[in-house]
Amino acid sequence: MFNYEFMRNAFAAGTIIAIICGIMGVFVIARNMSFLTHTLSEIGFSGAAFGVFAGWAPLNGMLLFTVVSSVIVGQLSARSERREAATSAISALFIGLGILFLSLANKNASYATSILFGSVIGISASDVRQMLWLSILVLIVVFVIYRFLKFDSFDHTGARVKGLWTNTLSITFLVLVALSVSVAAQIVGSLLIFILLTLPAATAKYFAHTVSGMMILAIGLALIGVWAGLTLSYVTNYPVSFFIAAIEAIFYFIALGWQRLQTAE
Amino acid sequence: MTTTPILKLDHLGVTFPNHPVFTDLNLTIHQGEFWSIVGKNGVGKTTLMRTILHQLRPTHGQVQYLPHTADVKIGYVPQFRNIDADYPLTIQDFVGLNLTGWKWPWLSRSERKKIERILTETGLTTLAKRPIGQASGGERQKAYLAQALVEAPNLLILDESTASLDPVTKTELLDLVVELNQRLKLTVLFVTHDIPMARKYSSRYLMLTPQGTEQGPIAGLTQEKVWEGEHV
Repeated sequence: MFNYEFMRNAFAAGTIIAIICGIMGVFVIARNMSFLTHTLSEIGFSGAAFGVFAGWAPLNGMLLFTVVSSVIVGQLSARSERREAATSAISALFIGLGILFLSLANKNASYATSILFGSVIGISASDVRQMLWLSILVLIVVFVIYRFLKFDSFDHTGARVKGLWTNTLSITFLVLVALSVSVAAQIVGSLLIFILLTLPAATAKYFAHTVSGMMILAIGLALIGVWAGLTLSYVTNYPVSFFIAAIEAIFYFIALGWQRLQTAE
Repeated sequence: MTTTPILKLDHLGVTFPNHPVFTDLNLTIHQGEFWSIVGKNGVGKTTLMRTILHQLRPTHGQVQYLPHTADVKIGYVPQFRNIDADYPLTIQDFVGLNLTGWKWPWLSRSERKKIERILTETGLTTLAKRPIGQASGGERQKAYLAQALVEAPNLLILDESTASLDPVTKTELLDLVVELNQRLKLTVLFVTHDIPMARKYSSRYLMLTPQGTEQGPIAGLTQEKVWEGEHV
């Protein structure tokens, strides 16, 4: 399997994605932002479609759309009571735009499928390098703001009283999620990106005792999903995103069952 | 004995659109005092606390920390907090969230010592590793208190933080606060509806009513007076 360059690239990219998603996912779960992450992934689809229409690399279109819209989404959904409605409206608008851009670009359905559900074959060494740089950028920012982000994510009331710049933190975090979505969409596709950004961390929440433990476990679960998914996809020739989704969902359901057993005891 | 003023409310007023919450409130709080802030629901107690915390801009007047803003460190303990029961956050971790001064993600040795000390002072040492989501109401309030105290504030605000506790736990928590108030000269603002508790623990009171404010030594506060304030 590793004799093929595209598989080596896919594994390298998958490893980067798993690490980023494991770390960011912990904050996505703590901030109850799973739905918002889903919206960003749809915006990512629209951005990739725009990139194709404009003759750019899909990743650049995704970066542009997700980063700009993360700031808008952050402002619109600052008030929790309108968060879901605002997010749904934006989500619908961007899916529509994505379809429009694909239609304008005269691309066929298989191209849309690869944007939406990812592709192993399409990842080149330069894609991997670009993903690596973006991931390093995300990691550096998270490292610098880690304490503030942790405080605001796990105890928003306390962080506000402390006078932390919670609105700025919120928007910074959304931009980081936008970057992570663009990076991770390369393998699992834009519509399934929220799998890796939410499920490993949501599963880890039930087993870990500390935030750092949750992060390590989430990275581990994401790595298992991505590596096993790539291998199974190579062997069976079925889509990698199906395997990753299935593996992460199984982990999550096991965690739910385990949690239920613990509560029953 | 002379005491140092640390907080001054100078002709303070907050008005929401077409609705004055309170006007012309003057109050000087000295270091080491234990104030109870009383009044019926909706009279502006929380608005006042938010103004003191600089979360709300006053319509008139000003909030002054003395001698300088940087000299007053505030610890705030609310009644509720939105903490998910499944969060992998131990009481020890929760207390440490308030330590934001160090530049690395991990805690330094001196920060770990600070946490250890405050857990001992609040009687939480044996519960340090318990997930906060699984702690009882009283244990959680103690953890909130410990978090507020970990940075060694000189002004502690208890915003109805004992309201949902049973009488025994409530007494236990306030005994602890009054002990810190006396030993460390910690200034306390205790927002409450519980007049017997206010009378038992505080030295002075501020009563907010729709007609205005009243303040004085705690001996002057009676349940009847609060009822009158509610029914005028």
